[in-house]
Amino acid sequence: MAIFSKSNVPQFTVDVYQNEYLPEGGREVNAIATVTSTGGGTVGSAVGAPHLYSAAQGPDAAVAIMVDCSGSMDYPPTKMRGARDATAAAVDAVRDGVHFAVIGGTHIAKEIYPGGGRLAVASPQTRAQAKEALRKLSAGGGTAIGTWLRLADRLLASADVAIRHGILLTDGRNEHESPEDLRASLDACAGRFTCDARGVGTDWEVKEVTGIASALLGSADIVADPAGLAADFTQMMEAAMGKEVADVSLRLWTPMGVEIMYVKQVAPTVEELTDRRTEAGPRAGDYPTGSWGDESRDYHVCVRVPGAELGQEMLAARVSLVVPAADGTVQTLSQGLVRAVWTDDMASSTCINPQVAHYTGQAELAQAIQQGLDARKSGDFDGATAKLGRAVQLASASGNEDTAKLLSKVVDVVDAATGTVRLKARVAEADEMTLETRSTKTVRVKK
Amino acid sequence: MAPEVDSSHVPAPTHRSADLPGTDSAGGDLAGAVPGASEHASPGRAGQAAPGEAPAEPDDYPLPAPAAPGAPPAERTEAGTPTPPAGTKLCVACRSGHVAPDGYCENCGHAQPRERDHMEQELDTVAAVSDRGLRHHRNEDAFTISSTALPDGSPAVVAIVCDGVSSATRPDEASMAASRAADLALKDSLPRGTHPQQAMHEAIVAASEAVNALAEEPHGAREHQPHQNAPACTLVGAVVAGGLLVIGWVGDSRAYWVPADRTAPTVRLTEDDSWAAQMVAAGLMNEAEAYADERAHAITGWLGADAYELEPHTASFKPDRPGVVVVCTDGLWNYAEAAEEMARAVPADAALRPLHSARVLVGHALDGGGHDNVTVAVLPFPVAPRGAGSA
Repeated sequence: MAIFSKSNVPQFTVDVYQNEYLPEGGREVNAIATVTSTGGGTVGSAVGAPHLYSAAQGPDAAVAIMVDCSGSMDYPPTKMRGARDATAAAVDAVRDGVHFAVIGGTHIAKEIYPGGGRLAVASPQTRAQAKEALRKLSAGGGTAIGTWLRLADRLLASADVAIRHGILLTDGRNEHESPEDLRASLDACAGRFTCDARGVGTDWEVKEVTGIASALLGSADIVADPAGLAADFTQMMEAAMGKEVADVSLRLWTPMGVEIMYVKQVAPTVEELTDRRTEAGPRAGDYPTGSWGDESRDYHVCVRVPGAELGQEMLAARVSLVVPAADGTVQTLSQGLVRAVWTDDMASSTCINPQVAHYTGQAELAQAIQQGLDARKSGDFDGATAKLGRAVQLASASGNEDTAKLLSKVVDVVDAATGTVRLKARVAEADEMTLETRSTKTVRVKK
Repeated sequence: MAPEVDSSHVPAPTHRSADLPGTDSAGGDLAGAVPGASEHASPGRAGQAAPGEAPAEPDDYPLPAPAAPGAPPAERTEAGTPTPPAGTKLCVACRSGHVAPDGYCENCGHAQPRERDHMEQELDTVAAVSDRGLRHHRNEDAFTISSTALPDGSPAVVAIVCDGVSSATRPDEASMAASRAADLALKDSLPRGTHPQQAMHEAIVAASEAVNALAEEPHGAREHQPHQNAPACTLVGAVVAGGLLVIGWVGDSRAYWVPADRTAPTVRLTEDDSWAAQMVAAGLMNEAEAYADERAHAITGWLGADAYELEPHTASFKPDRPGVVVVCTDGLWNYAEAAEEMARAVPADAALRPLHSARVLVGHALDGGGHDNVTVAVLPFPVAPRGAGSA
């Protein structure tokens, strides 16, 4: 057994990639900040058992599994069976000592296990009881996802833990509450727990599921075939168990006169963060990033600096990662600098940093797919052809093979290099939804 | 200035000291080598020449750097602005923000002047000034000056000036490492009796090794340049000792001989390792054609791991009259390229007031536009007796 003498807060590093050189009069500064967290609870050679905690510390997490039990889950019956099996698999992946609950969701939310407004503490016994309780899962009723999330929030809040996470499965549209109700629930839950969302089958709304995951800083995906659910749930739960630090924010400090154009996560997925800023002292703001295990994410920061003379250098932004500390202050985990240097050397000021160029392309790729699919749905086939053609071109040029493959199920690619495509006459619904759900997935710069 | 790889087919000029105006250590008349090149210093410069005005502080250390060009510091005494506690550093750009430990203003974000933005040093017998200039964001030039003694106890004065190659990584570190290594080597070998010309050759080799060693170190986390060339720089050095003037160089930094009596000609002592100089030396172009070409300033020799083969050039001279040696980077000579232009720029009392002269020469470059970093060392010849400069 490995010995863990270290706290379970991982080591964070921030690496900034940018071309800091601006021409005379240049004002826009772009930078990619690569944030990597390593170590944490895994420090100390826990190879093969990467996320074991020390006996003294115990796991510091709670998870809630929300399973759609609406009437449509019985059409076909394999869907309900798949959901039950998947939940059982996820329960098996809950580590000893982790708090957990299972919620059945219809137009209302019901506690399936353990009940009584509590969370169970994972052990061989409670896992067996939970799986037994899953037999009670049956289909019938409507869909009001906001109620599921609010129940999950109440249950997760009952445990004094660092990591709170939800896993949500739905098969249909959120028909039994208004979009505003769902929005209000998401706003209420944001920052209180993180949540992965999955759509099973093809009768659900992509933008609803991706919207839930986005608001709650989790992942979204499609599981078109219910048979694939168990593997996906196991993987999601393992990822959740790997989280070691919650409520991490990307903090951006900018000097007087610097305007923030945008802040977005660009890897592993594109996630717009600009409007999710909360002020954090003079000229500083925090952007939520959720919880972190051993992982690496990239952020694109674009700011506009005041003009300065040739030869001048200024700081355009400080990028740091912060977590709330027990005493109400924040702990800075790591920091990187975004700089601006004005030069009359054209060779320096005109070259675009490869990371910046790459992620600008990846963000455009995600947007082109979404716009192309929207155009296709609204009958604008010329617009759809143009946008999806551009997407094919970008995916091909950047080596985003997964997205290129998904695109090729929606369009016939004539020439990827020029982005020449024809819309397919018939497209499987699952293929279109898969492309839409995964449109924000990016790849990193080819080394 | 990018090392011009494509010009490698041009045979590098094999240096013989006799190629240069002046003579080798065998003796001869330096002043006679370039006839008709004399110019008097301008009266304005000469007017500043009162000997009593020599700087009184023989400080061996760089003086505190003044404010960055374009951002003169101003006293902040207006009503309503609280006087900051003593020791608080206020930003030189906005004059209201405090300076964070990383050197940027907490208010406007502007980088604060760095020590290397402007450096001055003066010894009894030599002085040097280096400045960032007006268009570059950092000073990639470096210099060292020092004074030691030959085995017979007679003084030996050393000045080394280096110019970092901007298109390579960490040019500022390269120039610093090279100048320090060359200085150390000379301070070690001259007192042991090594012939100054041999000592200079060895010093350039030592400087080259110091720059090569930089390429092996992991680069700083902040450097994410698209081009990761090995660090590189030029070097020019001068030794005044035992009645000899020894020059050594690699690259396009230069040394000029400026006699105190300006009726005698001023002479350039170095031959650039540059594309233009090679074209002229090979007889393929005349000087006007060569320097009009956009490749003119591409250097063909430098210190650094990317250099093909190190060819240190050295030359010994035995001047027959007093004067000064001006050792400088192209940040100066771009504004005083011809020997007679340099002669006009050097104050008439340069031998008596080397620091003042170095400042005047840096000012000359800044007045001309300051497009590059500027570094100048001024060495009087013969070595002035101790204390003579500030008498």
